[in-house]
Amino acid sequence: MTRSHSKAGGVEFRNVSRRYGNVTAVDNVSFRVEPGTLVTLLGPSGCGKTTTLRMIAGLESASSGTILIGENDVTLLPATDRDVTMVFQSYALFPHMSVIDNVAFGLDVSGVGRAEREAKAREGLAMVGLAGYEARLPSELSGGQQQRVAVARALVLEPEVLLFDEPLSNLDAKLRRRMRDDIRELQQKLRLTSVYVTHDQEEALAVSDQIIVMNKAVIAQQGAPADLYLRPASRFVADFMGASNLVDATVVGRDGGRASVRLGEATVELADASAGVDDVSIAIRPQAIAVTRLADAPALPVSVRKATYLGSHMEYLLDSSVGELFVVDPHMVATVRAGESAFARFDPTGMAVVPRAG
Amino acid sequence: MNRSHLSWLVIGVLGFALPPWYGLPTSSSAPWPPSGLLASFGVAPWLLPIGLFLLLPAPFVIVRSRLAGLALIAAGIGGLGYLVAQGLAIGLRGWSQPLLADLFGPLATGQRGMGAGGLIVAVSLLFYLTLGLAARGAMKGDRFTTGAIGLVVAAIVVFVFWPVSTILSQAMVADPGQSAIVALAERLTARDIWSVGCVVSATRCGVFWNSILLAVLTGVLTTLLGLAFALIASRTGFRFKTGLRLLTVLPIITPPFVIGLAVILLFGRNGTVTQFMAEYFGLTATRYIYGLPGILLTQVLAFTPIAFLVLVGVVQGIAPAMEEAAQTLGAGRWQTFRRVTWPLMRPGLANAFLVGFIESLADFGNPLVMGGGYEVLSTKIFYAVVGAQNDPGRAAALGIVLLALCVGAFILQRTWVGKTSYTTVGGKGFSGTSAALPRVVKYAAYGTALPWALFTFLLYGLILFGGFVENWGRNNSITLRHYITAFGLDWGQNGLLWTGRAWNSLFTTIQIAAVSAPITAALGLLTAYLLVRQRFAGQSTFEFMTMLSFAIPGTVIGVSYILAFNTPPVELTGTAAILVICFVFRNMPVAIRAGVASMSQIDKSLDECALTLGATSAQSVRRVILPLLRPAVVASLVYAFVRAITSVSAVIFLVTARYDMATSYIVGRVEIGDFGLAIAYSSALIVLMGIGILFIQLVVGERRIGRRDPVQPAARPAEVTA
Ligand SMILES: Nc1ncnc2c1ncn2[C@@H]1O[C@H](COP(=O)(O)OP(=O)(O)O)[C@@H](O)[C@H]1O
Ligand SMILES: [Mg+2]
Repeated sequence: MTRSHSKAGGVEFRNVSRRYGNVTAVDNVSFRVEPGTLVTLLGPSGCGKTTTLRMIAGLESASSGTILIGENDVTLLPATDRDVTMVFQSYALFPHMSVIDNVAFGLDVSGVGRAEREAKAREGLAMVGLAGYEARLPSELSGGQQQRVAVARALVLEPEVLLFDEPLSNLDAKLRRRMRDDIRELQQKLRLTSVYVTHDQEEALAVSDQIIVMNKAVIAQQGAPADLYLRPASRFVADFMGASNLVDATVVGRDGGRASVRLGEATVELADASAGVDDVSIAIRPQAIAVTRLADAPALPVSVRKATYLGSHMEYLLDSSVGELFVVDPHMVATVRAGESAFARFDPTGMAVVPRAG
Repeated sequence: MNRSHLSWLVIGVLGFALPPWYGLPTSSSAPWPPSGLLASFGVAPWLLPIGLFLLLPAPFVIVRSRLAGLALIAAGIGGLGYLVAQGLAIGLRGWSQPLLADLFGPLATGQRGMGAGGLIVAVSLLFYLTLGLAARGAMKGDRFTTGAIGLVVAAIVVFVFWPVSTILSQAMVADPGQSAIVALAERLTARDIWSVGCVVSATRCGVFWNSILLAVLTGVLTTLLGLAFALIASRTGFRFKTGLRLLTVLPIITPPFVIGLAVILLFGRNGTVTQFMAEYFGLTATRYIYGLPGILLTQVLAFTPIAFLVLVGVVQGIAPAMEEAAQTLGAGRWQTFRRVTWPLMRPGLANAFLVGFIESLADFGNPLVMGGGYEVLSTKIFYAVVGAQNDPGRAAALGIVLLALCVGAFILQRTWVGKTSYTTVGGKGFSGTSAALPRVVKYAAYGTALPWALFTFLLYGLILFGGFVENWGRNNSITLRHYITAFGLDWGQNGLLWTGRAWNSLFTTIQIAAVSAPITAALGLLTAYLLVRQRFAGQSTFEFMTMLSFAIPGTVIGVSYILAFNTPPVELTGTAAILVICFVFRNMPVAIRAGVASMSQIDKSLDECALTLGATSAQSVRRVILPLLRPAVVASLVYAFVRAITSVSAVIFLVTARYDMATSYIVGRVEIGDFGLAIAYSSALIVLMGIGILFIQLVVGERRIGRRDPVQPAARPAEVTA
């Protein structure tokens, strides 16, 4: 089954909202998922990712707005009639059916003959590396194997769109890494349109063509992984993508797309995303700060509150005139001790200008 | 328009055009009673608009339009509304209200109750409505779900709410020259209901006070005894706990008056104890047991196991950690019990009391057998209808009083104590050990519960034995006569002859139980599915509606059924159908509870997953949920089957010579003093039900989901009210 997926259609949300009483779980959201790509919905717990995904599947209905799959309006279409399958967080394997019956279930209820559905189910199981497990019950499989059965079951129907709701959250860290690579490989091989929900930014960066970051029922930012990583549009996105230091700063000069930004005593040259406003915030990754004892022209004087030795790197907590800074510093030669005064030097590639509000 | 729209359109139209609209032939000369269509152009022109409503969505078979949904909704609402309106407005002899005759002029003919045609059309119109709603996006466009909701709601409205509301209107039927309100007020304030004569003078007290006194006493005693049993079962090293389990099953398979029969064998005028007393102490043998003492004794015997079931959950639900905490804080056994355990149990005790209270009020069999001159509401209702009085208005008024009491207690139980009592029962195994009981409490529990248990088993022994005694107390020789009278067989010219007098009612009973059990289970589990798996506006009202029929006493149901279904548009009295329907709606709440309990343990993503894989809701129910629900299916089938055989209160109003039921036959024997046959028949029933339960368990079987069972086995439904 290495053929590319001909049916793959895109997904489009046009001003979709979902309300539960006076809680708005998804608020006027619009986005497109191009055919054959994998888009991740990323965000903290409760931001509306699952609700969005379930509206694509047809398990929730939209309170308002339009949902299109492959250019057809499916807003009122029930889940049964949508060509969309889903891998559930809990796997949702039918405990009373064998592995093969689980995988063949979708084919069975859509009326595919016995021989054909068994062949397809076997093929699907082989694809996820589970040939030979057909007769087992789900309760006789490990967590990772159950997960693979769930993926195979969703794949064999060759859906227009394949959905994943935090598919790896029940696995241990090592297995998680392998499964996510396997899922991405399968998706690219079959050119499946996929929507993937996770709250883990590393997982999102690893599997996605596009990432949609959600916050409090709205889309905070959408873009390719590198875009989001390097150019977060807001404090929230910066923080969520791992730039945990957010400090206030002032733009002191602009020069064709570049801005000179004053950070306390230091000045840094960054890509200008200030939209003409001088009072901005700077998101700084912990890895983009180096701590030295030597005074340097653009450096910021700091006092070291805490220094933790972690073998491969040092972690520092610094107090400075712009506030507290968290640092991960791989320079293990001249480490600084807690209580000492030192200087922080900044690496512009790990910093981004973001609006101060929001 | 999709396939299901088209099929219901066709079914509806054919139902209107072909089968007889009315239940019984309007004129005996007609070879084929007229269909709705035929009647529209003949005897019943007022039926014509129904046909037009049925055809309303037809144009959309050809024209594809999103308006099809609207057309279906309009046809459904309009058609059903009109169907009901004409059914209520036109009775057997024309207009049912004089006002209508004045308005529209007199009618030449009237109409009978609806038959096959009417039923098919009504169901089609209902599904028009639900399909139309689904097409407009209701319940995420799921036709199965909207259809199921429509079906359950319609069934409950027609077979619970409507009959009960006819009681109200019956109580308002006025004598000429009297206004309805006055008639109602007069009946509701009758002296024989409310009189407090027994307190202030030497006359009798009203039946209301009799009922309340009995119910309070029964509630208190069953709660205390149930608590003693519960403490023994869960807090002591008592070794015969299986015996206690058996004690909880017995009342389920025992017709309600059977305990009363056993009590009569001991304490009746010819009872063993009475005669013993007369012989050795010279006391005159009287009917002293009949009346309050007898009813109370039998009710406490019958309902203590139910209190036990409620309280054993409460006692086990108290997390041992709390008692352990108290002990580590320096509290002794007695202090722990008094300051921690007892307060934690209190809401559960209130719950058990209310359950006993409701049971006692609703009980009919025991007061009937043991009552003597002591009247309670349920028996008084019965005599108001079937006795020489035959006064449906009075029966209805009594029914209203009883209904208000039961429903009030039920609402109290559900809203106030029902919630607080199931506190700490969780899926995680209990850790720690429960505190031992203080010695006083322990001996008090043993001292009351064990003699009581022995007494109960003794009575059951008497039941099994009593059927073999010629004439208890007078002629104690052993005989098979009663069994032969009841279940005799003979070889005649044409083969086997069922000469026994009980066969007729026994076969009817089994047939009706066997028909109603699967319907009850299906409807109950469907309702449970809607409650657990679906979210819709008005759901809590829906839940309350379905549960309410639980609180309606059987006698009230019985009276309301004969009042509501004796006249058009739904004429059912005298048929087997009315018995089946009665059982379905009386027993459905237990199926709902069993279904809710086990369905909430099945991960919702399982059926959602089936939906995303292209299964319809119906398929996901059948292929995924139902197989995982087998324990609940068994529980509901068993309960529905057994209750259909043992219940007497509603049935006794609805049976006819043609469709006699076992319990009402037995009650008839008791009334004429034929205890031998009654007891023989009762023990046969108990044995029969044991076999029925085994059979159902064999047929339904076990579900197979492997060693690491991710679905918890369903909790046994607590059969707490009946
Ligand atoms: N069935 C529901 N009823 C009421 N509120 C809900 C329901 N489902 C989700 N919500 C609310 O909607 C919000 C978004 O939920 P969800 O989409 O599950 O978040 P996420 O998957 O991002 O953690 C939450 O605040 C949640 O409480
Ligand atoms: Mg979620």
